Amino acid sequence: MDLFFFVLFATVAVLSAISVVVQRHPIASALSLVGVMASLAVLYLALGAEFVAMVQIIVYAGAVMVLFVFVIMLLNAGAEERRGRSLTAHLLGVPVLIAFLGLICYFVQREFANAGFMKFGNFTGGSAQSIGLALFTDYLLPFEITSVLILIAILGAIVLARKEMD
Amino acid sequence: MPINFSPSPDDLLRFSPEIILTVAGTLLMVLDPLFAKRFPKLFGHLAILALALATWGAVAANAVPGASFSDLLVVDGFATFFRVLVLAIGILSVLASYRYLGREEAETGEYHALLLFSVVGQCFMVAANDLIMIFIGLEISSIASYILAGYLRDDKRNNEAALKYFLLGSFATAFFLYGVALLYGVTATTKLDEIRTALNSPAAVSSFAMVAVAAALIFVGLGFKVSGAPFQVWAPDVYQGAPAPVSAFLATAPKAAAFAIFFRIFLTAFQQIAGGWEPLVWISALLSMTIGNFAALTQTNVKRLLAYSSVAHAGYILVALAAHSEIGTAAAMFYLAAYALMNIGAFAVVIHIAGKGERYLKIDDLAGLGKRQPGTAAMLTVFLLSLIGIPLTGGFFGKYYIFQAALQSNLVWLAVLGLLNSAVAAYYYLRLLVVMYFNEPGEGAETLEPLTPGLRAALILPAIGTFFLGVVPGFVLGFAQRSAALIR
Repeated sequence: MDLFFFVLFATVAVLSAISVVVQRHPIASALSLVGVMASLAVLYLALGAEFVAMVQIIVYAGAVMVLFVFVIMLLNAGAEERRGRSLTAHLLGVPVLIAFLGLICYFVQREFANAGFMKFGNFTGGSAQSIGLALFTDYLLPFEITSVLILIAILGAIVLARKEMD
Repeated sequence: MPINFSPSPDDLLRFSPEIILTVAGTLLMVLDPLFAKRFPKLFGHLAILALALATWGAVAANAVPGASFSDLLVVDGFATFFRVLVLAIGILSVLASYRYLGREEAETGEYHALLLFSVVGQCFMVAANDLIMIFIGLEISSIASYILAGYLRDDKRNNEAALKYFLLGSFATAFFLYGVALLYGVTATTKLDEIRTALNSPAAVSSFAMVAVAAALIFVGLGFKVSGAPFQVWAPDVYQGAPAPVSAFLATAPKAAAFAIFFRIFLTAFQQIAGGWEPLVWISALLSMTIGNFAALTQTNVKRLLAYSSVAHAGYILVALAAHSEIGTAAAMFYLAAYALMNIGAFAVVIHIAGKGERYLKIDDLAGLGKRQPGTAAMLTVFLLSLIGIPLTGGFFGKYYIFQAALQSNLVWLAVLGLLNSAVAAYYYLRLLVVMYFNEPGEGAETLEPLTPGLRAALILPAIGTFFLGVVPGFVLGFAQRSAALIR
């Protein structure tokens, strides 16, 4: 059962991810991205990371995607035009990408060849409580410092969106 | 389970530079609407004050070395050296910005707040002992830098620079993060010292292939941040397109911080597999030096020339990394300090001669500078001689120590090729000198405005520093050598 769900949602995730890249219309890409996020959430849940799974749905599939769709709407972005694309990107990019992914797969396969299949319920450290404890004790500093990152994002929006310099 | 949330005074002291800068940055944002019209220069003054205070904090923190916040933050000589270096770069960048921002009528609190936040990220990452912390620091520094590169929003070149920097930078960060994830998969920790312990254990030998992939991905991410070849393609466009004082900052501070974590990660966590990554760094160092120097030969734009030269200098520092020894680390620290001084100085001259809208950036626009403004010309001469590596300047000892470290680690060929590269580099730096002193200014050349106090300080301080490093290198090198031993 675990294996079935894993294969199902992993396949959906990979296919949706490919679809994000090859779709020509931004909205279609955005919807494919929802597919990636949602199937990843299921995979997290299967691993026992229930909190991350929920956050994945609420934040990524929900909030971030709504933002994406709004931006696409405001920009009124239509289907992209395919213009003469660089030959090097095709001749070099695609084989290198495949080689890279193949290499990673090979090493992960070799490294964890003997690792058993993760059964749902084996791991219980993914609750909101355990994450909250880790976040506010061991990882308090990075957690707090991330607020600077968000502050910069707001500041950047102001700088880039202001009307004129005076 | 009672949990103690309150940090000890020592913890706060070790973390004080970041606290001071963050508070000051927020303050600048609040003050911006109140004082932007009446006292446009106030923000620069406040930024310098904050950076000076933070420098004091960094030095004071060095008196209580050690780890804080469950070993995530570690203050040692190495961290202090780089904290003081990026803070000093921050001060010099603000000094060099006054005139530029005034000329473009773009003095805002946001510019200085972004600069301070960028420095916060850099201070944070050089003192980090954990890959998560390094990542957050790197992101703070990078995102602030992306925005700064596009600061003059109505300038097309700024937009291009910011967008290129942002897209390629995010791509590189993804590589870095992927490497961190794989490394966590193998070692089940993100702390650098624990990763080293995990990799030293006999059980880890079987997973070296995986660690090698992780190390390679992290290498790609950091290679981009330090603009080492073959990940240097963004550097010329970004340094040319960004506002000149921002280019001066980008070419020095984020690079110094990125090199700091480069050394820290590869000499602690990946020390065990040094034999594996050494050839990688070797190739990257050689490519950076060669591509940087040969591409710089044909440039006609001074900013672009300095950008390619900065790629070449990244190559020299990668030579020190390839040496993976304490001497190499100390040499790189010394070199980064010397490089920061001479590069900011050279960019300050560029800011001075550029004029409104950066119109005068051709090499020919330097013509006759020796007659028009002998003082400025003399300063640029000092920086160019240091960039070449002429004795009595910091650049000379920087190169000397790096190639010495390379020879001691039996990297004879790399040292030889590096020296040949320095000879190539001398050509394009000397070309600037020749134009400056022996060419007559063109017909349309406008009279240069006199140096403003801010720019004068941004020229004189680096010049003094360059001579200081070149005449008594022992002071900085001694500190670097003592600290380099600590990161093992």
